[in-house]
Amino acid sequence: MIGFSVNGKRVDLEVDPSTPLLWVIREQLGLTGTKYGCGVAQCGACTVHINGEAVRSCVAPVSRAAGTSVTTIEGLSPDLSHPLQRAWLEEDVPQCGYCQSGQLMSAAVLLREKPAPSDEDIDEAMTGNICRCGTYPRIRKAIHRAAEMVAKGGAR
Amino acid sequence: MIRQKMIGQETTSENAGRGIQRRDFLKVTVAASGGLLIGFHFFGVTQLASAQPPLGSSFMPNAFVRIGTDENITVIVNHSEMGQGVYTSLPMLLADELDADWSKIGYEPAPVDPKYNHPVFGVQMTGGSSSVYSGLQQFRQAGAAARALLIAAAAQQWNVDAATCRTESGAVFNGTRKLTYGQLVGAAAKLAPPANVQLKDPKDFKLIGKPLKRLDTSVKINGTAEFGIDVKLPGMLTAVIARPPIFGASVKNFDDTRARSMPGVRKIIAIPAGVAVIADTFWQAKVARDALRVEWDEGKMANFNTSTMMQDFRERAKTPGPGVRKDGDADSALASAAKKIDAVYEVPYLSHLMMEPLNCVVDLRADSCEVWTGSQFQTVDRANAARIAGLPTEKVQLHTTFLGGGFGRRANPQSDFVVEATHVAKAAGAPIKVIWTREDDMQGGWYRPAFLHAIEGGIDASGNAVSWRSRLVGQSIMEGTPFAAMMMKGKAYDPASVEGVDDLPYAIPNVTVECHQAEIGVPVQWLRSVGHSHTAFAVECFVDELAALAQKDPYQFRRQLLQKQPRYLGVLDLAAQKAGWGKPLPKGMGRGIAVHFAFESYSAHVAEVSVTDGKVRVHRMVCAIDCGQYVNPGIIAAQTEGGAIFGASAALFQELTFANGRLQQTNFNTFPVMRMNECPEIETHIVESKEKAGGIGEPGVPCAAPAIANAVFAVTGKRIRRLPIRLTEAV
Repeated sequence: MIGFSVNGKRVDLEVDPSTPLLWVIREQLGLTGTKYGCGVAQCGACTVHINGEAVRSCVAPVSRAAGTSVTTIEGLSPDLSHPLQRAWLEEDVPQCGYCQSGQLMSAAVLLREKPAPSDEDIDEAMTGNICRCGTYPRIRKAIHRAAEMVAKGGAR
Repeated sequence: MIRQKMIGQETTSENAGRGIQRRDFLKVTVAASGGLLIGFHFFGVTQLASAQPPLGSSFMPNAFVRIGTDENITVIVNHSEMGQGVYTSLPMLLADELDADWSKIGYEPAPVDPKYNHPVFGVQMTGGSSSVYSGLQQFRQAGAAARALLIAAAAQQWNVDAATCRTESGAVFNGTRKLTYGQLVGAAAKLAPPANVQLKDPKDFKLIGKPLKRLDTSVKINGTAEFGIDVKLPGMLTAVIARPPIFGASVKNFDDTRARSMPGVRKIIAIPAGVAVIADTFWQAKVARDALRVEWDEGKMANFNTSTMMQDFRERAKTPGPGVRKDGDADSALASAAKKIDAVYEVPYLSHLMMEPLNCVVDLRADSCEVWTGSQFQTVDRANAARIAGLPTEKVQLHTTFLGGGFGRRANPQSDFVVEATHVAKAAGAPIKVIWTREDDMQGGWYRPAFLHAIEGGIDASGNAVSWRSRLVGQSIMEGTPFAAMMMKGKAYDPASVEGVDDLPYAIPNVTVECHQAEIGVPVQWLRSVGHSHTAFAVECFVDELAALAQKDPYQFRRQLLQKQPRYLGVLDLAAQKAGWGKPLPKGMGRGIAVHFAFESYSAHVAEVSVTDGKVRVHRMVCAIDCGQYVNPGIIAAQTEGGAIFGASAALFQELTFANGRLQQTNFNTFPVMRMNECPEIETHIVESKEKAGGIGEPGVPCAAPAIANAVFAVTGKRIRRLPIRLTEAV
């Protein structure tokens, strides 16, 4: 039995501890917002937070989550109110949308650690997240916009 | 989902030709898939009964719109949403004519039904950058017809002449009286649809032409958008398939002793695609699949190497090939040219590499079958699922989910990912989801074909281009499919191999285009911008080489040769002007330019690059696009940015290679995609135009590679003749 919290809710699961956290989140917990893209920590589509840190859940065994607090895209905000989500809406960022959960989860850690990120900070934090549609220019703009919202006294 | 493309200017005969080819192809597809609907869909105002909400709570004036008593309006979209914005741009067309309140507009994927067939291609599908231009009249008429019914219902209620009523923001008005569309649902549902409707004068558009925000963003940023891979059914099992490591190989025998005993494994079965492991969860199926020991009959491709293949291509390019175009006498003009130059361009196989790997859910029952997948080819996929299931087509329902990227891969002529999932479902005895791992997806074939394109050109003593001879070698996309005969109409080449050079627009008096068709057992398919993805590279790089030969500026050289091509000239000038062509750049940086016509739109790019230690860095791309009358400039900019990045990824990084029949690339680490830190600044400038609407999903791709390659020449003096760019090999 492996226990941890997901988006603030306690779960206890009978699961092979070597199973990647990604598949436990998607299949056992039914939270399909976290995506499978590569399985080898190359694309970032599976990014979640474990105790606030961005983790590629496709290569993290579920055992690593034991006793921790996991946040997925479904837990980023209950109502699209996270400044990044608001900025994503304003900049019309997603195209196909498949990578966007991972993009947002990586950006959320960046914004928390660097509330006014430079372009170099964005490069560093976001280069692990691939977007095949090519939404990078809009992601960059949206992160800057979210930072402005935070600076102006918006949420978080 | 959308893809835009359009019916070209009537003055451009090449455009018409291209349209016809695609149309033919789709007719054939239909015939080959079991006699489904053939021909064109004409818009008809008919009462539609598809899966509907409770009686009385809404009505459908026609197949494309449902109006609720709660004022919500749902637009039924017959193109797949794969990022290109069809769930927004097509509803905009309908909502504008309907005078709807945009905040009440929603979207819904259409079920598979002949009434949702592509109006040009004759089957239900998404491709060819055609969704918006082909849906333009269809969705506008649907909106106008619905509006007419609502006005008629209100006029009847008020006992006034319909002509004295007006509509605005989801309501009918007469003087000070007002009835909302929701209030009119019951009355309108009892009326006969109008025979004819008047469309708006474009000057009265309220939505069309505005950069409205996409309707599908919210669900894509909170995890609720449902892609094929997210579909979950009660009792569903998951399968992962061991597919041959070599194209054309087949299972000789397999040992599943270990795999069978692994946790969660339910069944292991041989299917035509390979060996399928069915388990409770993906991870269990994947681990057990990897534990299978399969012995393959390796087949004819066991010794296939791309390096040898390209050597063969080079040899073939030395001999004349089947003719595609012949203006004047290129050979004689070459012989008498003052100066001449030749170059051989080579591009590799490419993978579509959608972020969402292929997958398909099938729930097969005794007398019915339901399929959920991100399809670009609904009519064909449904027919193929029915064929494998042994059911009549009408017993199969196909549900289109969001597509995590398509780029052409999810319009497979053989429905490969649907067919194998249906095979697995037959054996599973439960609803089944087949998931391809990233490696399965990359190694599963259906690539953009590798091509070699040899060009010889000459100029006269004044520096005017007088001769051009293109000779291509590569695989046909159509050959070997059931559609080859009709698509190619007895031609010895595939039109999709030469699109983008067969219509060479430059004023050169002697032009020859030839194409050798290579027969190779690697499955190939259309990939975003298809033939244009390689012809634009060769053509636009060679034009630069001719300009250098004539000692002319590459932009001015093109201008001179495009004097009779105003739309080419328009985008070329716009891109050059916005990029500051001719203005000094910092040391170590250079600019390159390219212009191209594809999918009924004109595009030009200027790239600014630097080169450090042999590594190319693209700093800025300025893109000009003329797609005629446009619907949503925000989406056009997004598609152009994305297209430029897609093309730049291929130009800088991407190559599939085979050794001993085995693909050498497996994942993003060996087949890279451009990342945030490599992404240039991109500007898009749209030409204001009253021309017919053109496509936008693909036209942003072709110019990226030649603009970058030409910029690399400007910096280094080295010609790039092979993609991806490797400066150590450059000429």
